[in-house]
Amino acid sequence: MELSLATRTVGEFAVVVVGGEVDVYTAPQLRENLFELIDSGVEHVVVDLGRVDFLDSTGLGVLVGVLKRLRTAGGSFALVCDREPLLKIFRITALDQVFPLYPTVDAATGA
Amino acid sequence: MAVVRLSFSPAPVHVRTARLVGVAVARRAGVRQGLLDEVRLAIGEACTRAVALHQQHNLSDPVRVEMSDDGTYAVRVVDRAPIEAGADLAALPPYELAREPLSEDALTTGVGFALLAGFVDDLLVRPADGGIGTEVQMVWPLER
Repeated sequence: MELSLATRTVGEFAVVVVGGEVDVYTAPQLRENLFELIDSGVEHVVVDLGRVDFLDSTGLGVLVGVLKRLRTAGGSFALVCDREPLLKIFRITALDQVFPLYPTVDAATGA
Repeated sequence: MAVVRLSFSPAPVHVRTARLVGVAVARRAGVRQGLLDEVRLAIGEACTRAVALHQQHNLSDPVRVEMSDDGTYAVRVVDRAPIEAGADLAALPPYELAREPLSEDALTTGVGFALLAGFVDDLLVRPADGGIGTEVQMVWPLER
């Protein structure tokens, strides 16, 4: 399944809904999309992984890169994920201690 | 014993093909349904690592994958990069992976090994037969 990306605005947050497979082939597309968003001046980004059915180390590397970039710019970054297979990936890599993880977009945006 | 061999040009787009084949063979071999997501992820990580090494060293040689079931389901992913290039971050504590100075490539490599080690109980990384390259061997139990 190809990567799908859709962005909407919720208050001060840009919410990017990602779907499909995030892997070594599609991760560059995700990186480009998120970096363009930051370059356009967005400071608060939420990535919703609810429709992702595959996520590998390359995708995780992109997400960490975005987190670092937003931190440097004084912004914020959060992930929405409530599916156990993906949560297990974050736990195994200890990246659950690095990313703010929320079960819903409302929780991530404080709506 | 059934054996399926696959070799592919070291390009990211083909990693997906290797994952699909690896899971299809695992399912046919009798790997428990609940393990198939982990098989898919692990084969993808091993192939991603091999493709990255070939690209770093401008190697056009194919990445080789061999899947076999002989009491267990074994997958071997073999690259042709110089062995010292295969030095990994496996010993790096996971929390180190998100340190600020780490480049995205280094972080991805470290996370990839953390995932392999986390999802594969029976994991072996060793020099490939013939002296050049590294073999990543992953073994899963069969249900039948």
